[in-house]
Amino acid sequence: MNENILEMKNITKRYPGVLALDNVSFSLNKGEVHALVGENGAGKSTLVKILSGAVQKTEGEILINGKKASLSNPIAAKELGINQIYQELNLAFNMSVMENIFLGNMPKKSYFVDFDTMYEESKKVLDELNINIDPRTKIEDLGVGDQQMIEIAKSIYAEPDILIMDEPTAALSKTEIDRLFSVILSLKEKGKSIIYISHRLEELWQIGDRATVLREGKKIFTKSLSDLTENSITTAMVGREIEEKYPSFSINPGEKILSVKNLSSADKLKNISFDLHKGEILGIAGLVGAGRTELMRAVFGADTIDEGEIYIKGENIKINNPYQAIDNGIGLIPEDRKSHGLVLDLSIKKNITLPILKKLSKYGFINHKEDFDIAENYRDKMSIKTPNIDFIARQLSGGNQQKVVIAKWLSANVDIILFDEPTRGIDVGAKIEVYELMIELLKEGVGIIMTSSELPEILEMSSRILVLHRGEITGEFEKEEIKDICQEDILSCAMGSDRNEK
Amino acid sequence: MKNKDFKKTNNTKNEFFSKHLLLFVILGISLILSLMSEHFLTMSNFINIARQISINFILAAGLTMVIITGGIDLSVGSIVAFSGVVAGMYLNTGGNFITAILLALLIGTLCGFINGILVSRFKMASFIATLGMMSMARGLALVLTGGSSITIDNSSYTFIGGGYLFGIPMPVVVAVIIFVIVYLLLNKTRLGRTFFAIGGNEEASRLSGIKVANKHLIVYSISGFLAGLASVVLTARLWAAPPIAGQGFELHAIAASVIGGASLMGGTGTILGTLYGAFIIGIIRNGLNLLGVASFWQQFVIGLIIILAVLFDRIRKNKME
Repeated sequence: MNENILEMKNITKRYPGVLALDNVSFSLNKGEVHALVGENGAGKSTLVKILSGAVQKTEGEILINGKKASLSNPIAAKELGINQIYQELNLAFNMSVMENIFLGNMPKKSYFVDFDTMYEESKKVLDELNINIDPRTKIEDLGVGDQQMIEIAKSIYAEPDILIMDEPTAALSKTEIDRLFSVILSLKEKGKSIIYISHRLEELWQIGDRATVLREGKKIFTKSLSDLTENSITTAMVGREIEEKYPSFSINPGEKILSVKNLSSADKLKNISFDLHKGEILGIAGLVGAGRTELMRAVFGADTIDEGEIYIKGENIKINNPYQAIDNGIGLIPEDRKSHGLVLDLSIKKNITLPILKKLSKYGFINHKEDFDIAENYRDKMSIKTPNIDFIARQLSGGNQQKVVIAKWLSANVDIILFDEPTRGIDVGAKIEVYELMIELLKEGVGIIMTSSELPEILEMSSRILVLHRGEITGEFEKEEIKDICQEDILSCAMGSDRNEK
Repeated sequence: MKNKDFKKTNNTKNEFFSKHLLLFVILGISLILSLMSEHFLTMSNFINIARQISINFILAAGLTMVIITGGIDLSVGSIVAFSGVVAGMYLNTGGNFITAILLALLIGTLCGFINGILVSRFKMASFIATLGMMSMARGLALVLTGGSSITIDNSSYTFIGGGYLFGIPMPVVVAVIIFVIVYLLLNKTRLGRTFFAIGGNEEASRLSGIKVANKHLIVYSISGFLAGLASVVLTARLWAAPPIAGQGFELHAIAASVIGGASLMGGTGTILGTLYGAFIIGIIRNGLNLLGVASFWQQFVIGLIIILAVLFDRIRKNKME
C-alpha cells in the first residue's frame, strides 16, 4: 500500500522580496491522508497552489507516479488527477446543486443538456456522501455548511487521484464533519490520496496518516501522526512551547450594559431576552442555522427586527441601522470577515479608521496625522504582521485580517463588542492572540457577546452561555454551572430539548 | 499566505513610473504628433487642447467619483442639454447672468439628486436609473425648445465660455478649479474616503457605520451639479443652447475615467488619472485634426485607446499577481 504517488522535491518559491517556500520536500502515498499544518503564512497554501497549478514554483521538481510533471496551469493539474477544494466556495450561486456538480461537464442528449441523467448521477454522488439535499435546489437557498458539502461533492465527482482539501471543516457543524470524515475514509479505501489542511488539529488523528509541519516557508518535519501529539505539532508550528490553548482568566462582571427584551424577527428569531454585563463574555452556542449570526446582526441593527426592545445602560434605544449601533457603543466583528468585515482593497490604515472617520475629521477634512498614528498604534499593539499600514487588507493572512477588524472597534472605543466566530479559519498562534485581546478588552470594562461553532471555545471563554435552537433560547448556563457542564449538555439544548423542561 | 504578496516597497522609481505611466503616454503621443505637424507643439495649440478637453474633464470628474462608488451615470450628456436650455431661455427673458448660471447648476444638481434617490432609496441599478434620466432630460430639453436651438446673447454669460483670465481661457480656469476641489475631496476628506470604501465593499462599509444611502445620494448630486456646470461652459462658448447638445458626452467622460484607471467594479480611480485620460483623448483628436484625418477615424481611435488602456491595466495587474 506504500506506493508513492506524488513527490515534490526541494520546492522553492520566491516572490519579489519574500521567500514563501524554502527548499520544501513533500511526498504522498497512494491511499494516504497527509496533513499539512502550519500557521498562516507558513507556506501551506503556496505549496498546494503549486501543486494545483495556480502558482508556479521557482525551483524544484514534481514527480507524479514517478514521472516528472509540469503543472503550468490548473487545467494541466486536473488532467494529472489533482483536484483542489478551496477554502472559499467556488459555486455558481444562482444555479442548482446538480448543475454545479456537473459544471463544465454536463451530460448531453444530442445537443441539449440531459437533466434526467444529471439528476440521477448527482443523486448518487450526494447519497454516497449522505447529503440529504434535492439536486434541484439552488445553491443560494442552502446554508453555508451544505454549500461546503456540495463543493466537496463536486470535487469528488471528478474522481481525482490526489485531492487537496484546504480547511474543509471550517464552516461545517459537528454532524457534517463526521459525514465528511466518513467520506474521506472511504476515499482512502478506494486508494485516493488526500492532502489535508486544517487548523483544527484535533481532527487530524481521526483521518490522517502523516503530518508535515511548515513554519515560515521551511519544512520542520514529516512524521507519522501516531508519533505525534497535538502539543508537539503546535510547538513545531509556532516554534515555541504553547502551554495552553485557551488563556486562563478571571472575570469580574460589572454593571449591566445591555438588555435585550423579547427580540423577534421574521422566522429567524423568537422572543429572545438576555442581559450583558461589563467585563463578561456571553457565549452563544447553537447549530448552524440556529440564528446565532442573525441575533448578532439584529442587535447591531444590520437586519431589521420586528419586535423587541434594546436597553443600553438602562436606556431604551432604537437601533435601526449599524450607524446607530456604533453611536451607542456597539461593534460587530462579522462571521465573514472578507465580505462583511473589511474593504479588502483599502489599506490597513483606512480599514482601521473607517468607523471613526467622523471623529478624525474637522469640517469634513481628515486629520491625516491622527489617522496614521491611530492605525500605526494598533498595528503595533496587536502585532499585525505587515511591512506598513498602507498595504491593502487583501494581502494579509486570515489571522492578521481578523486583527484589523478587531482594531476597527478598538479604535472606535465601543463598549459592547459582538464577536461572530472570532477565530474561524485562523491558526493557533493567532487564535491565542485573539483570546488575549478579548481578555484585555474585558479588563477595560467591555462587554462581549461571542458566537462560535467550536464548543470548546464557547466553554473555555464564556462566563455565561446561551444556547439557541431555531431562533429560540433553549438553554442558559450561568457562570457557576459552566465548569460542571460538558459539550453534551450544550449539544442537547442545541438539538432542541429545552433545558428548563427537563 | 501573508508573505507571498509582500513586495518591496522601496522601489519608488518603479512606482512613480507606473503611477504616471499615462503622463509618459501623453508625452510619447505629443512627440510623435509634433514630428508629424509643425502646428502641434505651439502654445496656442496647447491652450486650444486644454480648452477643448475642459468640458469633458468637468463631466469626467463627476463620473470618476460615481464610478469609484461602484456606480455609473449615463445622464450627464442630457443634463448638459437640459440645464443649458433652461439657462438660455431664462437669459432670453432678460434674466440676470448669475441667476442663469445658478439655475443651470440647480437643474443639474436636481437631476443628479433624482438619480441618487432612485439608486439609494429605491435600490435601482445605477445603469437603469441614469439611463431613464438620460432620456427624460433629453426629452424635456426638446419639449421646452420645440427642437430648435436657443440663441444666447449676454456677454457676461458668454465670457465663461470665451473669455480669458490672466491669458487663460475661462473653461480651463473652471476645469482647474474643479480638479483641485475634486482632488481634495477624494484624497483629504471623509466623504472621499467613504466613496472608496463603498465602492470597495458596500456591506462592510455599512457595517462600519457609514450611511451608504446618503453617500450615493451625494455622489449622484455632485455628478449632476458638474453636468450643470459643464452646460454653462458649453452654452457660453457656443452662444447658444441646442437641445441636442451633449450627445455622447457621457461616453467620453466614462472613457476618460476608465483610461485614467477607474474600475467599473468600484473602489479605484484617481482624478489625476482622469485628467490624463481626458488629455489623451483631447490630444489624439487634436492631432488627427491637424493631420487632416477624417473625423470618423477619431471615433475609431478613441475606442481603440479605451480598450488598450484597460487591456494594459489588466496585464499589469496579472503580472503583479
